[in-house]
Amino acid sequence: MIAEKGVWRQLRTRLLFTGPTLFAFITVMIIPFFYGIYLTFTNWDGIATTQELVGFQNYGEVFRDTAFWQSFYLTLKYVLFSVLFINVVAFALAYVLTSGLKGQSLFRAGFFVPNLIGGIVLGFVWQFIFSNVLVYLGKQASIPIFSTSWLADPNKAFWTLVIVTVWQYAGYMMVIYVAGLMSVPKDIMEAASIDGASAWRKLRTMVLPLMIPSFIVCVFLSLQRTFMVYDLNISLTEGGPFASTKMVSMHVYEKAFLSRDYGVGQAEAFVLFLLVATITLIQVYFSKKMEVEA
Amino acid sequence: MVGSKASSPLIKLILLSVGLFLFIFPFLLLIVNSFKENREITSSPLSLPTGFSLVNYQSAFEKMNYLAAFSNSLIITVLSVLIISLFASMTAHYFVRNNTKFNQYTFLIMVASMIIPFQAIMIPLVKIYGSLGMLDSKFSLVYMYLGFGSSLAIFIYHGFVKSIPAELEEAAMIDGCTRTQTFFRIVFPVLTPTTVTIAILNVLWIWNDFLLPSLVLVAPDERTLPLSTFYFYGTYSVDYGPMMAGLMLTILPVLIVYLFAQKYIIKGVMQGSIK
Repeated sequence: MIAEKGVWRQLRTRLLFTGPTLFAFITVMIIPFFYGIYLTFTNWDGIATTQELVGFQNYGEVFRDTAFWQSFYLTLKYVLFSVLFINVVAFALAYVLTSGLKGQSLFRAGFFVPNLIGGIVLGFVWQFIFSNVLVYLGKQASIPIFSTSWLADPNKAFWTLVIVTVWQYAGYMMVIYVAGLMSVPKDIMEAASIDGASAWRKLRTMVLPLMIPSFIVCVFLSLQRTFMVYDLNISLTEGGPFASTKMVSMHVYEKAFLSRDYGVGQAEAFVLFLLVATITLIQVYFSKKMEVEA
Repeated sequence: MVGSKASSPLIKLILLSVGLFLFIFPFLLLIVNSFKENREITSSPLSLPTGFSLVNYQSAFEKMNYLAAFSNSLIITVLSVLIISLFASMTAHYFVRNNTKFNQYTFLIMVASMIIPFQAIMIPLVKIYGSLGMLDSKFSLVYMYLGFGSSLAIFIYHGFVKSIPAELEEAAMIDGCTRTQTFFRIVFPVLTPTTVTIAILNVLWIWNDFLLPSLVLVAPDERTLPLSTFYFYGTYSVDYGPMMAGLMLTILPVLIVYLFAQKYIIKGVMQGSIK
C-alpha cells in the first residue's frame, strides 16, 4: 500500500485514477440497467416524454407473447447445438494442432480467420453460398439436398445458423484450448507413456480433467456469444423464412424499436437477462467443482 | 507434446489441409466472384473470372461511401481502445494498491456486471442518451465503449498489476515521483504486454460491432464499416458483383493487419482468456 499525505490529494488521485472508468461504467451500464427495470413497469411508447406506471402488466404481456417464447425456445436449441459443436470442433483442432505437426502455427492462424470479421459480413458471405453456390452445385451434380436453397426451408435455415456459428467461433475457442493444452505438464504425460498408457487413455484420464479450466472459459464465452446472437441472425436469415429463425435478441429488438412496445420489449430483455445469468452462474459453479489440481 | 506419438502425421496433415481449405473457402469464393459480372456470378459461381476488372470495386467504393465509413470506424476504434487501455490500467492499479473494502466491492460489481447482456441495456440506453441529445455522435459511442469495455479491461489488468512488486513503485516515490508520475514512468511501461492483449481484444470487438453503432449512429455520414456494409447490401442485394467487392473491401483491411500482427493477435486471445 502506498500512503499519501492530505485528504484532498488522496481524493484527487482517486478521481484521476478511477473517475473516468467508474463514471462511464455507472452512466452506461448501471443506470441504464436499473432504469431498464423501472421501464418494465411503464407503458412508454418511445415517443412520449412521460410514461405511466402499469404495474406487472408488461410481464403478463410477456407471458402471453407466444412469438417471444417461440424465439426463446429456438434460441435455447440454437445455443445448445452451437455450444456443443463449437467446443467439440475447437478441442479436436487444438488437440491435433499441439501434437507437434509441421506448420501447426500456420494452421492455427488460418482457422482463426473468421473471428477477425464481424457477423454482418460473415452472414452475407454465407447467404451467397447457401442461396447461390450450393444450389448451383446441387443442380449441376444433382445432389437433391442442395438443389433448393437452405435459407428457404425453415428447418434447414436453422441449421445454416448453427453451421456458420460453429465455423465462426471454433477458431477462437481453439486458440484458448491450445493455450490450455500447452500448459499440461509434460512430465506426467511422459510418465504415463512410459507406463504404457494409450493415447486415448491419456486423453480421457489426464488431459480432459486438466483441461477443465479451459472448458469453463470456452463454454462460458460460447454461451454468452450464442445467446446474444444478432448480427449473424439479421444478415444470414433475417429471421426468415416466415420468422422461423428469429432468435430472442432479434425479437426483443423488433418489439422495442419496430413495434414501439418498449415496456414489453424491456421486460422480455430482462427475462432474458435472468435466464442467461442463471445458466452462466450454474455452469461456472458446477465446472469449478469439477476442477482438479495437476 | 500431448498428442499420440506420430501416429500418422501425413494423414493428419492432409485432413487438416482439407479442413483449412473448407474453412477459408468462403473467402476464396468471395475474391473470385468480386471480379466477375453479375451474369457470370449467377450462372457459374465457381468458375474463375474471365477477365480482370475493378469495375465492381469502383462501384462498391462509391456506393458504400467507403472512405467515410472506413475513417469513422478507424477513429472510433482507435479512440476507444486508447481510452479503455489508459483509464482501465489506472483504475486497476489504484484498486490493487489501495485494497480497501470499498474498492474491493467496486471491483466485484464491475466483474459481476460482465454477465449483463447488452440487449438488457440497449433500450434504456437509447432512451437516456436520446433524451440528452447525445445520439448520432462518434464521441458518445466512444464514451459508451469505455463504459462497456472497462470492466473486462480492469479485470485483466488487475491480475497483472498484482504481479508487479510494490517496492518498485515505493522506490520511485522515495526518489520524488508523484503517484501519477510513478504510474506513467514505471507501471504503465511494465504493463505493455497486457496492454497489447487488451488492445487486440477490444479492436476485434469494436471494429466489428454492429448493434450498438446501429442504435447510436443514425446519420448516413456517421456510419461505420459494418453499418455501411449492411445498408449497402440492403439496397443493392441483387447487384452481386459490387456486393462481393463491397464485402471484400470490408474484410481487406483486417486481413492486411492480420498478416503482420497474426502472432500478437493469437497470443492476445490466449492471454485474455487465461484469467
